[in-house]
Amino acid sequence: MTVTSGFRVDAAADPWRALRGQRWRDQVDVRDFIQANYTPYEGDSAFLTGPTARTAAVWSKVAALFPEERRRGILDVDAATPSTITSHKPGWIDRDRELIVGLQTDAPLKRAIMPGGGLRMVENGLRAYGYEPDPFVTRVFGTYRKTHNDGVFDAYTPEMRRARKAGVITGLPDAYGRGRIIGDYRRVALYGTARLTEAKRAERARLDEAPSTADVIRDREELAEQIRALGELTEMAATYGCDVTRPAGTAREAVQWLYLGYLAAVKEQNGAAMSLGRTSTFLDVYLQRDLDAGLLDESGAQELIDDFVIKLRIVRFLRTPEYDALFSGDPTWVTESIGGIGEDGRPLVTRTSFRFLQTLYNLGPAPEPNLTVLWSPRLPDGFKRFCAQVSIDTSSIQYESDELMRPRTGDDTAIACCVSAMAVGEQMQFFGARVNLAKALLYAINGGRDEMTGDQIAPAAPPLTGDYLNYEELSAAYDRTLDWLAATYVNALNVIHFMHDKYAYERLEMALHDYPVHRFMACGIAGLSVAADSLSAVKYGRVKVIRDATGLAVDYETDGDWPAYGNNDDRADAIATGLVDSFMAKIARHPTYRNAEHTQSVLTITSNVVYGKHTGNTPDGRRAGQPFAPGANPMNGRDRHGMAASALSVAKIPYDRARDGISLTSTITPEGLGHDPAVRAGNLVGILDAYTAAGGFHLNVNVLDRATLEDAMAHPETYPDLTIRVSGYAVNFVRLTREQQLDVISRTFHGSR
Amino acid sequence: MTTTGRTHSWDLSTGVDGPGTRFVLFLSGCPLRCLYCANPDTWHMRDGRQVTADEVMAEIATYRPFLETAGGGVTVTGGEPLLQPAFTAEILHRCRELGLHTALDTSGFLGARATDAMLADTSLVLLDIKSFDIATYRRLTGGALSPTLGFATRLDRLGVPVRIRYVLVPGWTDDEAAVDGLAAFAAGLGNVEAVDILPFHKLGAPKYEALGLPFPLRDTPVPDAALVERVRRQFRDRGLTAV
Repeated sequence: MTVTSGFRVDAAADPWRALRGQRWRDQVDVRDFIQANYTPYEGDSAFLTGPTARTAAVWSKVAALFPEERRRGILDVDAATPSTITSHKPGWIDRDRELIVGLQTDAPLKRAIMPGGGLRMVENGLRAYGYEPDPFVTRVFGTYRKTHNDGVFDAYTPEMRRARKAGVITGLPDAYGRGRIIGDYRRVALYGTARLTEAKRAERARLDEAPSTADVIRDREELAEQIRALGELTEMAATYGCDVTRPAGTAREAVQWLYLGYLAAVKEQNGAAMSLGRTSTFLDVYLQRDLDAGLLDESGAQELIDDFVIKLRIVRFLRTPEYDALFSGDPTWVTESIGGIGEDGRPLVTRTSFRFLQTLYNLGPAPEPNLTVLWSPRLPDGFKRFCAQVSIDTSSIQYESDELMRPRTGDDTAIACCVSAMAVGEQMQFFGARVNLAKALLYAINGGRDEMTGDQIAPAAPPLTGDYLNYEELSAAYDRTLDWLAATYVNALNVIHFMHDKYAYERLEMALHDYPVHRFMACGIAGLSVAADSLSAVKYGRVKVIRDATGLAVDYETDGDWPAYGNNDDRADAIATGLVDSFMAKIARHPTYRNAEHTQSVLTITSNVVYGKHTGNTPDGRRAGQPFAPGANPMNGRDRHGMAASALSVAKIPYDRARDGISLTSTITPEGLGHDPAVRAGNLVGILDAYTAAGGFHLNVNVLDRATLEDAMAHPETYPDLTIRVSGYAVNFVRLTREQQLDVISRTFHGSR
Repeated sequence: MTTTGRTHSWDLSTGVDGPGTRFVLFLSGCPLRCLYCANPDTWHMRDGRQVTADEVMAEIATYRPFLETAGGGVTVTGGEPLLQPAFTAEILHRCRELGLHTALDTSGFLGARATDAMLADTSLVLLDIKSFDIATYRRLTGGALSPTLGFATRLDRLGVPVRIRYVLVPGWTDDEAAVDGLAAFAAGLGNVEAVDILPFHKLGAPKYEALGLPFPLRDTPVPDAALVERVRRQFRDRGLTAV
């Protein structure tokens, strides 16, 4: 490819010119490259520039397709070509104007099929949008090529199936791509695929002398696949005129190479979350080098980032309407982690950290990419204020504690999906969705029977029989139920990930990791606040049980002045933290596939609505079907002392017992951040600093008023860009289901009196 | 010895009851009956919960690091905190001893009950001046204006910083001459940091319903943006900061 400016640079001959440091030259080590070369920026946002006419033209061309896509569910799909890295011809939005090129298929927003995860998911997805499955694809994946989904169901036990069907274990990635693996796409830009392939060959050669045990054979085969995938990436890049065998030599090439690496991943995998990593400060090294050399000006630098972000905004997967209803719209979790502090104390904030956030102004608010600021009270003031202002203006940023992550996963940590910290290129996780703690509590009361169907799901145990629930009895029964749940859950996850590695291995993403990789088994819990409040009601109030004719407890009469989780009241908060702690201990008792390290998250994304729908009346007074609070949030309306008190309750949950992340979503009215608009950004900075200092891990910030959301429900056409944060993720409000919209509106708004 | 007070509730709020994120203590009981009052559930001391200053300080202590980091502090409001001057004084004093920023939110009607020592413990007074017209003030609040103005001048003399709060109610407090009078008075004081123009709202209406009371301003419209801007400008024209 050619360089944009009039200067001629022989990028290919000396791509590493003017760069410092040695270690990263000798071995694959992107972090060392960043540390040796980046320029921290401690100023404010005044240097930023708006969109160029070129950017506006490209964006308007693709944005013009969105209304039709929204109306039909999907714009188009290639139903006949199972997607691989090289399966589709190149495509463009606006070939003459695009600076960063590459699409998943041959046209923007045209989706591909990825049957390796499961054929049924593909067929249902196609039919839902009026397309017929291709007979050849059906024959190949129905007859000759087994899918991940088939494999899992061959090995599930009847108990696992029952727990899954009842919804006490839910959202399992057993019929679709598990995702949540972040390839270190920066490696493609820094080293080029030739060097990366050589490094992978060396890793594989280290296994030549090892005895051919099952583990070693699998590793050798996986490394061979990784090497093959790097070859396919090279081939795909060539169709766009890019020679990625060599390192990127300019800023434009660096963005382009990195994006092509990511593009290869999303051509190959329909993962639940396809996160990008931590790229802004890496790319800043290249942008700064070209700025210093006079090859770029600020507007040109911003243009490259804007164009890159346009591409990230149009990543699409074919999914079913049920899947979209669970996760609200069409999520891809292209999470980009920004900011943080280095181990040497220098902030990892650069001008390009600002440029990424600036895309929310230049292109308008949007849920993707999922911009995540790694927050520390030690971040430069100018950056903090800019983040807060962007939050106030767009509600499109989430914050995670750099102070909690850095000591554990280092200063090159990125977030996978919503809240899962990974050392980029060194760690990956087996995504494990979550169990429903609230439903499990009802199982404890009912001796393992489901409160909605009466079916025996957990092993039969004596149900609690008193007129009133007794705390000691209930706790003991719950503990036994959770023992069973943890065992069933971890064993089901082992089945899923065994089969995913076997039938839908992430060749390209894993090619961009070190060998051997560190694996986490990422379990999760939902319904924490419902379970904690129910236990608090039993302990500090009085809960009378109402049973149906078969003796099944189906409702509760709750009274007394019991403390609710979310008010910084240790009595209730200790119950919530105790549940997290004890469930972590229970899952850690069960061996994991490939010896993955056990972790858990307290995260629901928007599935809190669906989990609530499948859970009966609970002792806290919540009615059957009513949504849970999302993530680790206190139950809607029960946190009565304002956002800070609520946040402090959540901050008590120890990160070391929920290393896969603890999610809190808060909605504040603009007035709730200050009567005077001029002080609001500063006040939000204060809240973020104080929450982080208190040990809080994650905070989604929406700055909205109820009236805006109600108006958007009534007139969706006037709010195409209205973005709100929900548990670890952002969505277009107008694309939520009606139930989810009502749930968001009913959630506690923290405002002024 | 710890004093005892009657409190309605506490809350954490940001940017509306003084700077930053604050622990806001609502005391029960108020001598005024403002027609637009949003918190009729704080009118009577007898409805409050009896607590000791020790208990309140224990609660505040759990928030201290948060409040400090967030650039906030503690605000005592009500009701009317000066209806319980000893209790209020102890809370302000003990917060000040902890190094927390302290704010007192008052109508000033009972300003005479605030001792100089109490005011020395107060970082900021949020002074609600409900109207600058004597007759309107009485009709609107049931009380007299002059104690509030006397309190304002005393705060100036003592050098206690003040934010004036002015609730803008169409037909009641939007009279141009009265606003101008207040602006002139405020501009004559040397300790006014800013004037908050608070547009009248009806968010308290459900509380009246719950208490079985009529909400007197049920049919009064909320001010439009132009009116709010006009009143802010009147204060700005006098060299004051108005938001």
